[in-house]
Amino acid sequence: MIFEVFRQERKGQAFQHAGSVEAPDEQFAEAYAREQYGRRGESAALWVVERGAIHPIEDFVDELKRNYHRVDGYPLKEKLREARERAGTTPARDR
Amino acid sequence: MSERAQLLLEIADDELILGWRDSEWTGIAPFLEEDVAFSSIAQNEVGHARALYELAARDLGTTADELAFDRKPEEYRCSELVELRLPEWERTIARHVLYERADAERLARLKESGDEEVAGLAAKIDREEAYHRLHAEMWHERLKDEPRYQAALEELRPLVERRETHTPELAEIWEQMTEVRRSVPGATW
Repeated sequence: MIFEVFRQERKGQAFQHAGSVEAPDEQFAEAYAREQYGRRGESAALWVVERGAIHPIEDFVDELKRNYHRVDGYPLKEKLREARERAGTTPARDR
Repeated sequence: MSERAQLLLEIADDELILGWRDSEWTGIAPFLEEDVAFSSIAQNEVGHARALYELAARDLGTTADELAFDRKPEEYRCSELVELRLPEWERTIARHVLYERADAERLARLKESGDEEVAGLAAKIDREEAYHRLHAEMWHERLKDEPRYQAALEELRPLVERRETHTPELAEIWEQMTEVRRSVPGATW
């Protein structure tokens, strides 16, 4: 069985995927995860999760290119420049 | 030799010889994660031996290296349990379990010692041994119903505290272990 290991570097920080270990059961997985990801003081905590327990999502359709759902999908710069032209004001520095 | 130096040597010899024997599994353990884990345990044991030899060496006015490598095989105080070459995994795990259990009792006693240096070192070693015990007991759980493993436990149990005599395998391991050091006597590396 493959177990995925997530590692927290310091208390309060987000867990990040560290790697995986192969082990016959959870107890062995814990020992090997400790050995490979926690023995040198590099982790404050570990999460050891059997790969089958992970619910993966990989299909992200975006056929209409709905980029307005994204924070970086709505370009303000161009609209701002047009508005300034209409108002007759020139910004100090317009790149 | 003081009782304290004798005790330190006894444990140091156990840890050095066991570390050496365990390291014989590096590269050939039953699977990769176990190879990493068992090699690491072997390395810890040698590290514990070094710390114990250093403390004994101070008492005896010598060095850790001289204690580890310059004595004759018959002068070692290790138990017969750690000397054997065990190329079968179930016998290796049986030794590991028997050793860790006996070592846990020994360390618990030393941690209560009135000798602060010995108690402090025992506490330090015990923090790493806790991981070894976790490893030993999980294997014990997995193999405990296997007849070959049970037979290995029975075979090896009487050797745990047998220190007055040695097996021929100690001389063999000593030959290898001290070969480089003996090749250039007195060299600094």
